[in-house]
Amino acid sequence: MHYMTRAGAVRAVDGVTFSVERGQSLGLVGESGCGKSSIAISLLKILPDSARILSGSILLEGVDILPLSEDEMREYRWKRISMVFQAAMNSLDPVYRVGDQIIEALELHVGSAPSEAVERVRELYDLVGLNHSFIPRYPHEYSGGMKQRAIIAMALACEPAIIVADEPTTALDVIVQDRILREMRKVRDALDMSMIYISHDMAVIAEVSDVVGVMYAGRIVEFGETKDVFENPIHPYTRALMSAFPSVTGEKRELATLPGEPPNLLAPPSGCRFHPRCPYATEECRSQPPPTVRRGVHWADCWNPPEDQSP
Amino acid sequence: MTQAPDAPSRPLIHAISLTKRFPVSSGWFRRDRSFAHAVDGVSFQIQRGESFGLVGESGCGKTTTGKLLVRLVDPTEGKIVFDDGEDEPTDIASLSGRSLKSFRRKAQMIFQDPYESMNPRRTIFDTVAEPLKVQKIGGAIERVERVSEMLGMVGLTPPATFLFRYPHELSGGQRQRVAVARALVIEPIFIVADEPTSMLDVSIRTGIMRLMEDLAARLGISYLYITHDLAVARYMCSRIAVMYLGKIVEQGETEEILHNPKHPYTQALLSAVPIPDPSAARPPVKIEGGVSTPIDPPPRCRFYDRCPVADAFCRDSEHPPLEDKGGGRMVACYKA
Repeated sequence: MHYMTRAGAVRAVDGVTFSVERGQSLGLVGESGCGKSSIAISLLKILPDSARILSGSILLEGVDILPLSEDEMREYRWKRISMVFQAAMNSLDPVYRVGDQIIEALELHVGSAPSEAVERVRELYDLVGLNHSFIPRYPHEYSGGMKQRAIIAMALACEPAIIVADEPTTALDVIVQDRILREMRKVRDALDMSMIYISHDMAVIAEVSDVVGVMYAGRIVEFGETKDVFENPIHPYTRALMSAFPSVTGEKRELATLPGEPPNLLAPPSGCRFHPRCPYATEECRSQPPPTVRRGVHWADCWNPPEDQSP
Repeated sequence: MTQAPDAPSRPLIHAISLTKRFPVSSGWFRRDRSFAHAVDGVSFQIQRGESFGLVGESGCGKTTTGKLLVRLVDPTEGKIVFDDGEDEPTDIASLSGRSLKSFRRKAQMIFQDPYESMNPRRTIFDTVAEPLKVQKIGGAIERVERVSEMLGMVGLTPPATFLFRYPHELSGGQRQRVAVARALVIEPIFIVADEPTSMLDVSIRTGIMRLMEDLAARLGISYLYITHDLAVARYMCSRIAVMYLGKIVEQGETEEILHNPKHPYTQALLSAVPIPDPSAARPPVKIEGGVSTPIDPPPRCRFYDRCPVADAFCRDSEHPPLEDKGGGRMVACYKA
């Protein structure tokens, strides 16, 4: 997916392939500008006018949703695929009661009868751990964490097969974040729902995902089961991210500094996009796109992967 | 600067019962005004060359405390004794006019958001030279030299290529380096750093943290480091104070607190931090609900509503005093 700007095309997402099984949680981790949010809005086809999906396909339960018209897409959004965004808590309409907003979504998308919808809202509030007394209240009476939970309730309202969560807890304090992460895990288990969880926070990703994709400069550079990626990272970028991440209770080690800045996606670096910041970069890395190193389902694109450390 | 023999016993900053209440209008015709107790009787000391951390969730009063220490906000009550060993110890709260201006030469603040804290129409040179201009330090040439030297020091090299650029041409990490350069250009001895790395990506963050540490060691700067992130506090601060609703609930050596938190709030805060290790299991967080309102709180313990160990005694008593538990650890809890 590219953004067309006056300065040229920004290659925000550049040839990314992944799949999520039913009931599975995929974590996408990366820093600002790596393309993770662009993937989220592409999956839901809620692109700004400047963005174009140039090629590829998005298969949702076997159906490619890319060629679908806006009307056809409406049949999928909310019902089959739904979303929770970072600023979602500000997306509640301040002049309507929160409960009514969810009821409206239900009536519109599933055609529930009013009494059914009310009952469903109660169930949803139980599911995300909100008190029923808040159903008839207005958004300003909710705290940030409660609003975010109401949004999650709304995203779950039509029992989607998959939910795309883009930094849903980033604006929240840790204690509230902890609660929401637990609720989401509970809901996912209860409904056997798939999830794509996007975050810049390695620790959050480690806790919520079954499989992880590490993104850098518009590409997934490493992918695998969470345990494998965290315990035996292959790509130097993944390793750098992990050693730059301070830990609260673990061993207090020296934090690594990654030199330089993420690249300008108007003109991404040649060869491996990470080479200007990579301590192991060689001539090949500068000129040729890196090959894929596979260790079972775990893979990474790198010219100079470390020795396989796994037992 | 030669240190007096009794220097260790004289902290650089000694905040005593610091209090800030903001009036809150509670209705058009109400006469009795309500107050938000942003900072409520907070006392602590910062030693020379020390980096002292204030940790807590949003709305706990940590930023207001920081602003009080550099007099960007006037305290409602309490004293802040500033003793740089050169001049007589003074109460920052009582400064005005010229004495306030000369205090500002010694104390600076770095803000959280490098995108908001700079005037987009001014060049990097103008931004960094601003404190020199305000303090009437140096002529035009000397200012260019000093600004260049500062830019070099914070890693924006070669400085000449940055001097006449505008903030929008720089990345977030570079902007935060400019903010550090601006705070350092008048050679302060004390800096309040309010979440200086929380807007930055991890790969950039470590660089800024290390830069601030290096500069502190080289220039003998003391920090009040404000953060919501306990892991960052661990790397930046030798001692921390944990704040909750305007009160310090626990204070002590950082490593000690992280490994053996005594206040139930600190315990909850620590157990809520996600661990970047998929096979690690975290203990459940024991507290319920959200932070209660700081507007006219009842006199009892501020944490009572959410505390898992509170009893009738906690309900009927005043907010517990911050008590010395030995080894420099202070805890404000009847149950600890």
